[in-house]
Parts: sequence; structure tokens; C-alpha cells
Amino acid sequence: MARITAGVASSHVPLLGVAVDQGKSDDDYFGPIFKGYEWTREWEKTEKPDVVILVYNDHASAFDMKIIPTFAIGCGERYKSADEGWGPRPVPDVEGHPDLAWHIAQSLILDEFDMTIINEMDVDHGLTVPMSMMFGQPEKWPVKVVPLAVNVVTYPVPSGNRCWALGEAIGRAVESFPEDLNVQIWGTGGMSHQLQGPRAGLLNREWDNRFLDMLESDTDEARYISHLEYLRETGSEGIEMVMWLIMRGALGKRVKSLHRHYHIPCSNTAIGHLVLEPERSEAKEGVAA
Amino acid sequence: MKQDIHEYLADLEDIPGTRVFTAKRARQGYWLNQFAMSLMEPENRAAWKADERKYLDTWPMSDAQKEAILARDYNRCLDLGGNVYFLAKVFSTDGLSFAEAVSTMTDMTFPEYREMMLQGGRSPEGNRSIKANLAAKGAGNPQEGN
Ligand SMILES: [Fe+2]
Repeated sequence: MARITAGVASSHVPLLGVAVDQGKSDDDYFGPIFKGYEWTREWEKTEKPDVVILVYNDHASAFDMKIIPTFAIGCGERYKSADEGWGPRPVPDVEGHPDLAWHIAQSLILDEFDMTIINEMDVDHGLTVPMSMMFGQPEKWPVKVVPLAVNVVTYPVPSGNRCWALGEAIGRAVESFPEDLNVQIWGTGGMSHQLQGPRAGLLNREWDNRFLDMLESDTDEARYISHLEYLRETGSEGIEMVMWLIMRGALGKRVKSLHRHYHIPCSNTAIGHLVLEPERSEAKEGVAA
Repeated sequence: MKQDIHEYLADLEDIPGTRVFTAKRARQGYWLNQFAMSLMEPENRAAWKADERKYLDTWPMSDAQKEAILARDYNRCLDLGGNVYFLAKVFSTDGLSFAEAVSTMTDMTFPEYREMMLQGGRSPEGNRSIKANLAAKGAGNPQEGN
């Protein structure tokens, strides 16, 4: 059976991709940010996940205003890095896992989550930056990816509660996939940041750290944080953190926190990163690594 | 868990110095954002760079939207329904970084803005609610939002 063996949360600031692509990741500005990912890079080498369900949002790259899916799942064979106006990032194509993706899509629909299915799309920094943070610059990405795109741009975006419940349903869907697969789920974006208007540049270290505390613990309080609270406390783009709740929902009630990192600033944004393991007694047995 | 839609939408207008991208703004800014999105294509970027006004005139945008884009007045663009992820196509075509473009929407120069970010960013203190700021002002508290 396939299993979700870990959850990872990470910011996906485009500038981090630039730092990797231009070899700046250990300079004075970026060094402290990337240092907080070193542990995870080593850990990923030993974990060797087969597939990552990568929860992210598209930033006007694959989706324009014509179609705005609330929750979309990529069921394609492969995805190219999007040209976001500077030319595509020089990263390998992202290989999909259509068997698992279609299984999850069908299971979610039967579980009353009416997903949009995407067979072809390009993926932007929201997806490729976390890949670079976790895996560096390989010739070929060491995992297959099931992209899960969430609308966090046009309001109303999905509620935190709905995101958490979707995560729970993804957990059930993965567990009913017959093949032995080591699956991770990643929630990306955030933490506090505001990219628009006279209030741009808002950051909230205290709130962000309370959010990290919540996700590390057994409580599910975070699912009830309102959109208004994200807006007031974490800036207009902090709402991306609802995507972390999908990851956390998929891990079940009890988790063990393996790693945590927080840094201010990266460009306009507060960087947050967590590695969590679901606490199930047999969490890793029987998984072909 | 269902929220009252009118209350929900009214609350979104209570954030100081912020234009939350609601359906209303998405409708108002539809062509403005679609124009910006078109700059993802190299041929469109070339046509835009060759003659901005002429390229804009091929889009069914309002005059105010066109003026705001030509002036790179991004706050005005937000007021007219623009969304920053779409407007990013315009400023990245201009060669501006995200942080520099964002700083133009504040009352700071880019070096001042960058320094603020290095010092921990803008505090949420006094920046949470227009109504709360007005109430505080009425009560003789000098703290203002934006
Ligand atoms: Fe993002």
C-alpha cells in the first residue's frame, strides 16, 4: 500500500529560485536561509520518497483569469517549468505520477471533493522553488510529483477548514492505492508577506511562529483561522498558508516535528519551513523505499 | 461553517493600505490582468516594448487603466482591478525585481523599503483594521494605520 510518510512545509519565494540558479545560495543574504534547509536535503537523501504530492499555487503562469479552479490536481506525465517573464527556470522537467494522481482524483471526487483535473500545464516557482530547496540542482529530479494547485489569489479562496479536510481525504486516498509507494506531501507558500499597496512589506514573526507551533502539535485549531485573520496578521499574501493546512490535514492527529526553520526576510517575505512525520506506530514498515 | 457573504466581503475592505482581490475587482480588472498576462509571450513583449500605447489599444481596457499602466502607477492599477501577480508581468518586462516594484506602492524609496525588510519588515501594529484605526484616532490616540 502507498503511505504518506512525511509532510514538509516551505515558502516558495521566486528569489530563492534565482539564488539557486545563479549560485548565490551561500552569500551573506541567502546563506542563513539555505542553512535551514541543509538538514532537510540530507534527510531527503535517506528518505528517498517515490512521490511528492506538492500543494502550491499558480501565480498567473499556467492559469490566467479565464479559468480559476479552487482545487486542481495534475494527472499528466510531465510538466515543464513556466516562463514567468524572465524565461523558464533552468530546472529539469517535473515528472508526474499519473497512476497515483488519477487514483487520488477519483477517490477525492467519490469523497465529495470535486477536483479540477489538469492533464497539461507548465509549473511555476510555486512548485519548482520547493523542489530546488529540497533537492538542489540534480540532472533529473529524484521524485515524481503530483501537483495540487490551490486558488489563493481570487477571493473567496478555500477556507482553512476545507483545506484541512481535503488533506484528510488525500491521506485516505493515498492509503487505498495498492502499489507500495513512499509518498510525501508538501505544503508551500507563505509565511507572512504582503506584495501590494501602501501596507506592502508587512511581516509578523510572532504570528508565524504561533502558526508553526500549532502545526507541530496535536491540535487542529489552525483549520479555523479565518481569511480575515490571515489578512490582518500576515499580509495580503500570507493567505498562502492555507496550503500548509492541506499538508497537515493529511498527516493525521499526531505528528512528530523533525525540523523547523524560520528566517526574516527573503525579498518581501518571511521564510518558514517544517518537516513533520505522522505518528503512526507502523508509519514506515512495508514501504519500498 | 458557512459565513455570511455580505459580512465576509465587507470585512475584506477593512484592511489598511490593501486591495483584496475580490470577485468585484477581478471583474473590473479582467482585461487589465489579461493584457499583463499576454506579456508572458515573447512576441507580445516585443510589440509592447516597441509601442506601449499602441499595444494597449489592442485591449478593451478603460482609459484610466491604460493611463495607470503607462504611468506604472501600481496602486492605481490595484484600484482599477489589477492583481499584483499579473502586474508582475509588466514590471518584470521592465526589469524590476519584485521587491523594487512593490516598494513603489509604499511611501518609501526602494533603499528605505529594503532596509525596513532587513529590520524585520512592517509591523502589523496599527495596520490591522481601518475601523480600529479610526476609532483609536477618535479616542485621541495618535497611532494611524497607513
Ligand atoms: Fe506564492
